[in-house]
Amino acid sequence: MLEPKLFQDLMAAVGAQGLLTEPEDLRPYECDGLSAYRQVPQAVVLPEDEAQVIAVLKVCRQAKVPVVPRGAGTGLSGGALPHAHGVVLSLTRLTRILNIDPQACTAVVQPGVRNLAISEAVAPYGLYYAPDPSSQIACTIGGNVAENSGGVHCLKYGLTVHNIRRVRGVLINGEIIEVGNEALDAPGYDLLAALNGSEGLLAVITEITVKLTPKPQLAQCVLAAFDDVVKAGTAVSNIIAAGIIPAGLEMMDQAATRAVEDFVHAGYPLDAASILLCESDGTPEEVAEEIERVTKVLEAAGASEIRVSRDEAERLKFWAGRKAAFPAVGRITPDYYCMDGTIPRHTLPEVLAGIEALSKEYGLRCANVFHAGDGNLHPLIMFDANIPGELERAESFGGRILELCVRMGGTITGEHGVGIEKINQMCVQFSREELEAFHALRDAFDPYELLNPGKAIPTLRRCAEFGAMHVHHHETRFPELPRF
Amino acid sequence: MNDLLKSWSERLRAARETRQELELRGGGSKSFYGQAPRGEVFDTRAYRGLIDYAPTELVITARCGTPLAEIEQTMREAGQMLAFEPPHYGPGATLGGLLAAGLSGPRRPYAGALRDYVLGVRMLDGKGTLLRFGGQVMKNVAGFDVSRVLAGSMGTLGLITEVSLKAAPLPVAELSLRFESDAHAALDQLARWAAQPLPISATCHQGEVLTLRLSGAQAAVRAARAKLGGEEVPAGANFWSSLREQTQAFFAGEGELWRLSVKPTAPYTDLGAAQLIEWGGALRWLRFVESPDPVLLRDWAKAQGGHATLFRGGHKNRGVFQPLAPALLQVHQRLKRAFDPAGVLNPGRLYSEL
Repeated sequence: MLEPKLFQDLMAAVGAQGLLTEPEDLRPYECDGLSAYRQVPQAVVLPEDEAQVIAVLKVCRQAKVPVVPRGAGTGLSGGALPHAHGVVLSLTRLTRILNIDPQACTAVVQPGVRNLAISEAVAPYGLYYAPDPSSQIACTIGGNVAENSGGVHCLKYGLTVHNIRRVRGVLINGEIIEVGNEALDAPGYDLLAALNGSEGLLAVITEITVKLTPKPQLAQCVLAAFDDVVKAGTAVSNIIAAGIIPAGLEMMDQAATRAVEDFVHAGYPLDAASILLCESDGTPEEVAEEIERVTKVLEAAGASEIRVSRDEAERLKFWAGRKAAFPAVGRITPDYYCMDGTIPRHTLPEVLAGIEALSKEYGLRCANVFHAGDGNLHPLIMFDANIPGELERAESFGGRILELCVRMGGTITGEHGVGIEKINQMCVQFSREELEAFHALRDAFDPYELLNPGKAIPTLRRCAEFGAMHVHHHETRFPELPRF
Repeated sequence: MNDLLKSWSERLRAARETRQELELRGGGSKSFYGQAPRGEVFDTRAYRGLIDYAPTELVITARCGTPLAEIEQTMREAGQMLAFEPPHYGPGATLGGLLAAGLSGPRRPYAGALRDYVLGVRMLDGKGTLLRFGGQVMKNVAGFDVSRVLAGSMGTLGLITEVSLKAAPLPVAELSLRFESDAHAALDQLARWAAQPLPISATCHQGEVLTLRLSGAQAAVRAARAKLGGEEVPAGANFWSSLREQTQAFFAGEGELWRLSVKPTAPYTDLGAAQLIEWGGALRWLRFVESPDPVLLRDWAKAQGGHATLFRGGHKNRGVFQPLAPALLQVHQRLKRAFDPAGVLNPGRLYSEL
């Protein structure tokens, strides 16, 4: 229950339209895409402009009430999990596209604009917004900035941080800051880099200038099968070694391929130990040249089968399987955990062998899908939460995989964020002094520690246990969204 | 910790205690840049050498004192490059200095800036603590992105000891074209090209000539060349390296060189000096014989979505970098205090308040 004073002040800040306090209205906000963690907030505020955001933050600062900023709530690490004594600040009413400048190739948008809506709005100019997280039909650009979201095309087009020019935001004390600008650099520290991936701890974003990219004329995809995972891994390295940066470079192991084939019939070879998808985009001349080079590399690496998409329909069919990997695995197991480690690419065979050994040790199956180009691995650990002890075993298995990633010189999260889910594993990856530096950076923006407290950066006391994304019986919060 | 780093850590700790101001310096090739250095010189060149470079991983990691020329040579031999085309401004340029200065060259609008290629760093903060941020992988969202924040921090947050950068393949084909054009027409043309999928990798307008570089697959460069017309520039590579290093005639002579970073579509405006325009219109170099009014330049740059820097020459006491808004400056000051509590690392080099 909200204290009457806080209720009154929030009401004054956003009006009755913008304040939810009834249990049935609060329920939809109890979790984000990571439904294993739930907490009903005290209130949800839905400001309709920046002035209301400022008013809300001033109220919360005064009352020392934690604020959890939230976009569409599609995140996979619990970054938007409400605080028990806090207020959820939803930016979903700030949905205006304020300006499109087709000549400067930029657009100014409010944080609640959906990722895909930007590309749709600028399509008439032959432009698009490049980063494409799998949830792009629903996720908001504000959430993308907060998480520094990836996608299947980041190897060539970069992450969110590479595609944002300017962020306007409000600090916890109600002051406005603008980082970045309409130019290609800005004076002072690169705080734009700090805001990207800051998981809502530094400022509440109210306006974003995104960089737009001219749409490639053509895209074509090569599907290659390998009878051996090591050969597939070598093929990936050889493509890079040949000086090729494909638009997308994805790998799936046999467990993933089989699950997918039963589900979407993408035509994947079932006897292959591993398959690769390699996409080329650009002018027709560029694509033809690149596909020829890629095909040669794949042949030399010992691919047992190579298919080049003959038209757009076939290209989409190749991708359909990869994009259906998560739900396909969901069909063959009651529950699964999705991990999100990144590793140096050359360690892939060793990491996959390690995962297989762990799979035997824990007696749990695991399918692997891999953004091979940038080394981002998504092992899907299959288990049944109804069997006593299996959930704990799956969690422990997942934790061991992430530790393996860190040991190999990698990281515990490539694109899903730390949120609440991987907060404990932060202790594996960072020293006490490094965590203290993160806290100090947060305090430079929010000395009151009221913005999304308890997320992203563990307190030194907390460094104890491990967790992962838990999908129970397919009951993800956004079953309609593809996850890959 | 390595013995050298241990001694550096102790020196930093001692400097903190005694409030001894330090000028962190690599090769000193960019000493002219930023506010005037002050304090005891702390030479970082002794910690040098490649740590790890596997071209198929697209990552190069080296110690701060490693000469930039050595890094680029090693990468060239493996068919790779630093895509942001960093200016050296002298043979002594080091990797640490490169990151601290945060400057990018002609390819910046098309391939990204230095900060876009930073994957990880190791650093000694003002307490002498060795910290590691980011890593050697492409995608990493664990913790705040401190490594990128260090790009352009001018050594005010700590001593950068090790840097991991993303590598890029050298383009298969490269070709430069020249067009007769005044500045107005050149900017219009550049804006039209920017919205098309063309393999442009650098642009320069000066006097009545627009020069363009195309990079990419053979077929793409060939097709673009046919489409764009113009006259081919012989020894185009020399033109772009002399532009990057500012050894072209435009940059010669006394006076003040101002760097105006603005939105690419900012109209051509006579600001009382000769102009050289790079980055598809987003970077305007102005060479003044007489000192200009900085306020006028800063206001114009701000109105055009950017900022103005006194790059070379002139009176630094009037401020080199565009002043920050108060709320933003306060965040900067807190950040500085967090990493350098005694305020002794390159004090005042970026802003007098830092």
